[in-house]
Amino acid sequence: MLKLLKRLWVIMKSPSTASFGFILVIGFLGGIIFWGGFNTGMEATNTEAFCSGCHAPIVKEIRETIHYSNRSGVRAICSDCHVPHNWTDKIVRKVQASKELVAFAMGTISTEEKFQARRAHLANREWKRMKENNSQECRNCHQFEFMDFSEQGKRSVSQHSTALASGEKTCVDCHKGIAHQLPNMEGIEGW
Amino acid sequence: MKKILTAILTASIIALSSPAWSNDDALTSNNGGVSSLRGLYEISDVNKAEDLKRVQREQQLIDRNYVQQPPMIPHSIRGYQVNLNANKCLACHSFKNAGEMGATKISVTHFETRSGTTLSDVSPRRYFCLQCHVTQADAKPLVENTFTPVHSLR
Repeated sequence: MLKLLKRLWVIMKSPSTASFGFILVIGFLGGIIFWGGFNTGMEATNTEAFCSGCHAPIVKEIRETIHYSNRSGVRAICSDCHVPHNWTDKIVRKVQASKELVAFAMGTISTEEKFQARRAHLANREWKRMKENNSQECRNCHQFEFMDFSEQGKRSVSQHSTALASGEKTCVDCHKGIAHQLPNMEGIEGW
Repeated sequence: MKKILTAILTASIIALSSPAWSNDDALTSNNGGVSSLRGLYEISDVNKAEDLKRVQREQQLIDRNYVQQPPMIPHSIRGYQVNLNANKCLACHSFKNAGEMGATKISVTHFETRSGTTLSDVSPRRYFCLQCHVTQADAKPLVENTFTPVHSLR
């Protein structure tokens, strides 16, 4: 075993007889394949079908909401709100999500009943995450700077021009359950 | 020749007139010739569906027409959840939140149980707001209505 490692070390250390250009081209192509494959793989874990694999009942719920069906046909999928768009933040979230694979293996939410029992826990965790990043995933589309208060309803303006404008509150403080059914809201601020 | 002509003429008159005659018969056969709100149609006919009426996002408070009428909802309620877990209406209209949200408080009568006991929060029988309070679309009344509210509400 040690001998094998030693030989590998020697191979890696000694200069190759291949031309410099050849090595560059190989490295370049290899890089494209590796990086492309990596990103494609990661994007595959951002699709609705992938999320449904474990979270089927909750993925179904979005269909009644404005983020699924609306007048202009623009829609959001799971990852638009639940996975950061910024690349480094995305990687961090994806690594955290590897913990969720354990939950999948243990069947933590494998039945509708188990899922309903855990719903409040899951929702609270997500609200906390959104509050901490100032509802970044909402703001990827709904940017405060471009809100036209004259186009908004009276009730919206009174909230957006005060609490949201001052930064005292963030989107998710009021907009809970906009794409899902709510868990038991007893004791939640504002309910 | 004459006989044949007469026969053809008679046959054609019967042939031409019978569909019209049977149509009239069909029209009056099932509905008794009574025209309903949807017009003089066979019961089995399917009308073209009316366009859905849209609820305005916001409107003026809607006046009550009689004393006991539950006030109507003067805003859109799309996506509002009122169920065992959550009550979106009470997130603004409850005693706790109404002040901060600048919304109308629900009446204390909503705290009363069927037997007249006043509870500390909304009575279960009054929890489902949309059972009595509904939104109002800008829709033309189907029939003329001459109802006028009592003097105190005018």
